[in-house]
Amino acid sequence: MTQFFLIIGVAMCVLVLMCLYRATFGPTILNRAAGISAIGTKTLIVLLIMGVIYERVDMFIDISMVYALLNFLGTVVLAKYLETTGEI
Amino acid sequence: MVVKDVIAILFMLGGLFFFFTGTLGLLRLPDFYARLHATGKADTLGAVWSLMGLAVYHGFSLTSAKIVFVGVFMFLAQPTATHAISRAAFRCGVQPWTCETAVLLKEDKGGE
Repeated sequence: MTQFFLIIGVAMCVLVLMCLYRATFGPTILNRAAGISAIGTKTLIVLLIMGVIYERVDMFIDISMVYALLNFLGTVVLAKYLETTGEI
Repeated sequence: MVVKDVIAILFMLGGLFFFFTGTLGLLRLPDFYARLHATGKADTLGAVWSLMGLAVYHGFSLTSAKIVFVGVFMFLAQPTATHAISRAAFRCGVQPWTCETAVLLKEDKGGE
């Protein structure tokens, strides 16, 4: 079962690298923000899978709760900032 | 292998499928709104399925309740963030992709 979670985690890391293309070369800052938000979601799952592999989910779940909050807040704050400045 | 593990494996594989679909849409679709349409929904469902799989695998405990709480929070927060950023794009004047704008963009690039 640990092997299965390891495979899922590695596949998720490959997906993070695919999203990193959009976050790096995205034509505007909005595309970059969308890519970074997608990366944050996947990182949360990878954190929990790491917790399962290390058998310390009780510690990693708190980190991933904070990560979910920060990801959401970062995206919303960036959207508000871009909306008020009005330029992309 | 017990029933709990089988359910967890199915949930995790479903979550991975939805994550893959969302990432493919983020990479391949032509326009910002279409990309958000792909990643905003598919990523939410993939995250919730993966979290449910992890919660089922962990069993009945406080940690599981926290994992379910993170899933509920993702279910509320991710569409909100997607809506906020797409509204910012609309207010900044990003035009949606249509056949006409695609032709214009192709002419701008010199007929690539």
